Amino acid sequence: MIGKANVQRLTSNAQRPTSDIEPKLNVVFVGHVDHGKSTLIGRILHNTGSLPEGKIEEIKKACAAEGTEFEFAFLLDALLEEQKQNVTIDTTEISFRTARRRYAIIDAPGHKEFLKNMITGASRADAAILVIGADEGVREQSRRHAYLLSMLGIKQVVVVVNKMDLVDYSEKRFREIEQEYRKFLKELGLDARTFIPASAKDGENLARASMKMKWYCAANVLEALDLLEPQKGDIDLPLRFCVQDVYRFDGRRIIAGRIETGTLRVGDELIFSPANKSSIVATIERWNGPANGPAVAGDSIGITLSEQIFVERGYVASHQNETPIETNRFHADLFWIVREPLRVGHFYDLRLATQQVKCQIVSIEQVMDSSTLEIKSNPPSVAAATSGVAGGREQLERNEVGRLTIQTRGPLVIDNHDRIPNMGRFVIINNGQICGGGTIFGGVYTDRTVAKSKNIFWIEGKITARERALRTGHRGAVVWLTGLSGAGKSTIAQSLERDLFNHGMDTYVLDGDNIRHGLNSNLGFSPDDRVENIRRVSEVAKLMADAGTVVITAFISPYRMDRRRAREIALEGNAEFIEVFVDAPLEVCEARDPKNLYKKARAGEIREFTGIDAPYEAPDDPEIVVHTDKQTVDESVATILEQLLPRLRDYGADD
Amino acid sequence: MTELSRTHLDQLENQSIFIFREAYHAFKNIAMPWSMGKDSNVLIWLARKSFFGRVPLPVLHIDTTYEFPEMLEFREWATKYHNLNLIVKINTEARARGIGYETHDPVTVTHELKTVALQQVLAEYKWDALITGIRRDEDPTRAKERYFSPRNAQFEWDYKDQPPEFWGQFVTTTAKGEHVRVQPLLDWTEVDIWRYIQRENIPIPKMYFSRDGKRFRSLGCSSITHPIESTASTIDEIIAELEATKTTERAGRAQDQYERNAMQKLRAKGFL
Repeated sequence: MIGKANVQRLTSNAQRPTSDIEPKLNVVFVGHVDHGKSTLIGRILHNTGSLPEGKIEEIKKACAAEGTEFEFAFLLDALLEEQKQNVTIDTTEISFRTARRRYAIIDAPGHKEFLKNMITGASRADAAILVIGADEGVREQSRRHAYLLSMLGIKQVVVVVNKMDLVDYSEKRFREIEQEYRKFLKELGLDARTFIPASAKDGENLARASMKMKWYCAANVLEALDLLEPQKGDIDLPLRFCVQDVYRFDGRRIIAGRIETGTLRVGDELIFSPANKSSIVATIERWNGPANGPAVAGDSIGITLSEQIFVERGYVASHQNETPIETNRFHADLFWIVREPLRVGHFYDLRLATQQVKCQIVSIEQVMDSSTLEIKSNPPSVAAATSGVAGGREQLERNEVGRLTIQTRGPLVIDNHDRIPNMGRFVIINNGQICGGGTIFGGVYTDRTVAKSKNIFWIEGKITARERALRTGHRGAVVWLTGLSGAGKSTIAQSLERDLFNHGMDTYVLDGDNIRHGLNSNLGFSPDDRVENIRRVSEVAKLMADAGTVVITAFISPYRMDRRRAREIALEGNAEFIEVFVDAPLEVCEARDPKNLYKKARAGEIREFTGIDAPYEAPDDPEIVVHTDKQTVDESVATILEQLLPRLRDYGADD
Repeated sequence: MTELSRTHLDQLENQSIFIFREAYHAFKNIAMPWSMGKDSNVLIWLARKSFFGRVPLPVLHIDTTYEFPEMLEFREWATKYHNLNLIVKINTEARARGIGYETHDPVTVTHELKTVALQQVLAEYKWDALITGIRRDEDPTRAKERYFSPRNAQFEWDYKDQPPEFWGQFVTTTAKGEHVRVQPLLDWTEVDIWRYIQRENIPIPKMYFSRDGKRFRSLGCSSITHPIESTASTIDEIIAELEATKTTERAGRAQDQYERNAMQKLRAKGFL
């Protein structure tokens, strides 16, 4: 603990801050109901001169008129107009200012039902003031709130033992509470800076030393606040740059995202997880800001890469020697805040930074009472007994914390919460609502530079693309046909393949049937599966194109995003990508209806059928367009060949 | 200050950009109301920061037909300057019915010409999210807002049962008819806005600066927005004035004062 003399010198020498040079500190006030949070806040506002003129007199008058005794808690209510507006249950924010800096108070409600509001408020805080009534001592919410604060990543805590006037300012009582609560906080990994005996009602130990508790000689409440520090962006941790989006403006491809931890500079070699691809930072992009200056934790930036690798939202960039964990199974502690319980075996959406995946709760190993930290007994349910999972609970109720195992459908990039908090925490979403939050532990880091990446990185074969082209007389390419069902993609693909073959070219058609029956036989027609279907087709097409083949694909591929991704995958393999829009009006396609699919879709037998109840996003700028309502198959193929052949033959044969 | 340290304004800017990009990714159909007021112009600026100089979403001006001529001039100029895709919406139906400040109270007029106009244009374009420039410090009711705040089909804001929001994760799904208000300026204060306008040199209407001993602190419809006594003709002077004042920002906006809880009522019905 810091001696009082130091504290006072520190504040008295400080200049009154110009309001916005130094950030304000967000402090959340939590505590059990009726332990005196509102009174404490009212007192702080009063002692720092933060109340509008005449406010106290106004409230004193109102109290006198109603025959009630004035209380500082009324100030808070009045200030927020909460009483007359009846909006008392949410987190609210009020500011005050000390000699050192500005503060925003986040008042978190004590009631159990409002846990989600408490979490919302507290998650923005730099520090927490935990208020405990000296008369009642440590209670359920005192513990639960502390537990949640530790999960939310709040590290600085000041404990105010309030209502000391009700226990005759007893040092013994204060020490009892301090000892009990300090032990509890320690188990949570929370280090309470200061325990302050106070009486908010009488202003004891608020802004100056209490004459009634001379046995206490450390910081008062305002001094303790001034000793807190803003929660720092974690600039010293390993780099984690989370991709939010990839923008294509003015023909440039900018990868936009936020630096969660660490530092990123031009020239850094980055590894993108989960794809494990590497590239070098060519530029750091900021509009009307310091271009190319280093980016640090908290910065929202864009970057361009020296080598065009495929990157999309959810990817996480790190430096090569400090990669995150890539997994689809991990352990976590999870708090649950909605009425509908979390159930083992159900599918949920999981979001971690900018990643989103489907996940399933494999098992709940423990359920903890968040106020006692005791493991609740877990009577094995019938389902658990028959499935052989011993002792596990099948569901987690609201306000409980569970230790669980989670499995995700796709790979997830994570860190352990105690190493890199921002990448070690996630939320569970059900029906679009955030239902709980979790922290990850026990993940094992592997040296990916040795174990994996070197082997997976694209290796240029000894035979170059040019050598292959010299022998076959053409380069490999992906010719991507897109259009509505019935537009004529398959017919054109086959006819085009025949023509190219007759030109002596190596060519092959990838279509729905030969892919769906084999490579993608495990995929259905859900939106996720459709995306994966196209991704696999894109990867296969890239490999075949690299082998020198002219690959023709014939898929509706209705989404621009998917086609854009196919293009990037091809470009990554240095394969030419030619998008061909096989265009015909919906009425024409529906009239043709070669497979009777439109009829079924109209009858409601098929759902999410492109053009009927699912959108088709026409290409903005395809390399080639054919209009099959006006052109015959031969004419369409001719249009394609006319533009395609020069491209295929342009492989630098004369160099 | 080193190249690795960040100021308070940097932190606010970074957080706002993060929110803009999350919203732009989450919602296909998204627009940004623009009142041409100072906060609104900061919003445009932050959009350009987020998207490397562009504003890739439509910008909406709800024109009450009681606009200050200088504001309309500014609208023309700024649309070109920022290269905006501007949509102007007037509730012509209400005007035809004779709704106006000359004959009706300000709460009714504001509701009809702003909120109802917004409902109409939202129904027309079917936007599922709107990016708005509201701040927590403006008004007690706004203190309770979320960064991503859902509104139901009737436009109502259920402030008593709001979704949780933490760790940079937001509600990004909407049911039919619902929309989400995305609020990147929530953590900014009035002074932050001015300091940022100064730092970035963001164009704003001249009416904010003192002329003949008066200036506008907050701008709305011409009939019901009144200037304050002020000699502040530079941003520094405005900031100095704000640090000394104890009156509220929206004190010059008549619809707020018309009855007790006017803002609460207007906002619960969908006012920004």
